Amino acid sequence: MIVSPSVEVERKTPFWKKLGRVPWTWRITIGYLTVMLFIPIIAMFLKASTETPARFWAIATSDIALATYNVTFFTAIFAALLNGVFGTLIAWVLVRYDFPFKRLIDATVDLPFALPTSVAGLTLATVYSDNGWIGSLLAPLGIKVSFTRTGVAVAMIFISLPFIVRTVHPVLQEMEHEIEEAAWCLGSSQWQTFWKVILPPLFPTILTGVALGFSRAVGEYGSTVIISSNTPFQDLIAPVLIFQRLEQYDYSGATVIGIVLLSISLILLLAINFLQAWARRYDSR
Amino acid sequence: MTVDKPSFHSSASVSDTAKPLKEQKSWVPIALIGIAIAYLALVQYIPAINVFVQAFSKGFSPFLSNLTQPAFLHAAWLTLLLALIALPVNTVFGLCAAWAIARHKFPGRAIVLSIIDLPFSISPVVAGLMIVLLYGRNGWFGPWLQAHDIKIVFAFPGMVLATAFVSMPFVAREVIPVLEEFGKDQEEAARTLGAKDWQIFLRVTLPSIRWGLLYGLILTNARAMGEFGAISVVSGNIADKTQSLPLFVEDAYKQYETEAAFSAAVILALLAVVTLVLKEILERKTSIKDVE
Repeated sequence: MIVSPSVEVERKTPFWKKLGRVPWTWRITIGYLTVMLFIPIIAMFLKASTETPARFWAIATSDIALATYNVTFFTAIFAALLNGVFGTLIAWVLVRYDFPFKRLIDATVDLPFALPTSVAGLTLATVYSDNGWIGSLLAPLGIKVSFTRTGVAVAMIFISLPFIVRTVHPVLQEMEHEIEEAAWCLGSSQWQTFWKVILPPLFPTILTGVALGFSRAVGEYGSTVIISSNTPFQDLIAPVLIFQRLEQYDYSGATVIGIVLLSISLILLLAINFLQAWARRYDSR
Repeated sequence: MTVDKPSFHSSASVSDTAKPLKEQKSWVPIALIGIAIAYLALVQYIPAINVFVQAFSKGFSPFLSNLTQPAFLHAAWLTLLLALIALPVNTVFGLCAAWAIARHKFPGRAIVLSIIDLPFSISPVVAGLMIVLLYGRNGWFGPWLQAHDIKIVFAFPGMVLATAFVSMPFVAREVIPVLEEFGKDQEEAARTLGAKDWQIFLRVTLPSIRWGLLYGLILTNARAMGEFGAISVVSGNIADKTQSLPLFVEDAYKQYETEAAFSAAVILALLAVVTLVLKEILERKTSIKDVE
């Protein structure tokens, strides 16, 4: 998938004469993408291929690596699914109801897009620490958030929430109110209307949002590295492990785990495209 | 929409016909709004307010003295510089890519769009790793760079590359839909009237895409100034040398200089507030409500 455009370029430019006919906008686009994106990705795969498959597998599935995947993916899935529920609820509230400060609340949903991740990590770590505003309420219950895996989950929830809200919001806005009213007229309860009329066409959209949020949460580094204690087998996440490997000048170790993360990003990207195509089916009806 | 109407009660529903049903269960909207706001408060509002409270907890003068520390000033300058370089570069790329994609129908268009979006899906740490693997001492270009005494990794150029990488797609993403909606007609009319390419761009295309472009620029800027992961990998995080503002925040926090960390965090949080305000204004102008 990554290689196809450069193949296309090669096909287009076997002769230098033909290159002259390619519009310069295309040349800048392809040139910039090649330098910034294609060469780095190829370099990483080539670097990984200098390892024998057996060694690659050994690094990729070492105990510490498996533990970081476990922490990263399950925490990210938890965060994305929780946001799938609450993000949809927030989008629903913003589309359907009128209440004071609605515009302000709508605008601030995007805060995690605009707030630098290290600031997010700093303030989340403080608020959810044992003597922080929220953490001090949870501490008597025996719940520690900052510097544990729960803290990583909080950071991932923070970072992925707007993806779900902003994906569901426009679709919900375009949904016709008449269908719901028809369902009510035919005698279905609000609960039935929600489960049988509203949710089914919305479901692919919610899944798209969850996948986008999950993808972001898996790769997140800035906020998670600050709120986590980065203890192996407890709350060490895969991006931090890459960073630590690099700090130890273990380039092949970093690359192998980087390849695992990159491959998952690419698979997720495909899945998201598929989900979006699925969601669009409902548009044409 | 019902935005302009004054809202007295939260059970006011969008459609009048639905009112009798809604009134029977008027606690449902109130409960849902309550849950939504409570969730947002726990995840976003309380942490956001905390930044400002912590920074000013000992008054205004310690805050100011934190902001005049040389390490902070250097970090702020570096952040500004990174954005100043990444912004024009990514704007040129974004406009070219948007033009190429929006003005041509070709097979594999969806794939090209996905490729442009790739930097969003790649973890920032992996992005930084790729730069290290290419330009680092043992990287592809490492020997050549060393022979010519050019330092990219653990130096400013590497930070520029990382910043440009993570903020690459915004302009193209925001401009493509605007360009598509605008259509070719006016450009073609200008061309038949004898306008040159750059004249068409400056006088016809640019004015029509200006809000979309500005929106893309704001998002690029916010990401460029706020990037942490990728820069953290390639910069080496050397205070007074390769430390941008987000790195300064983390470093100060790790060294238990919490006040300095929060003082710098306030500046970055203000950047976020300005970004959100401009975003809101532009969204009203263009009615783009797309997800990142």
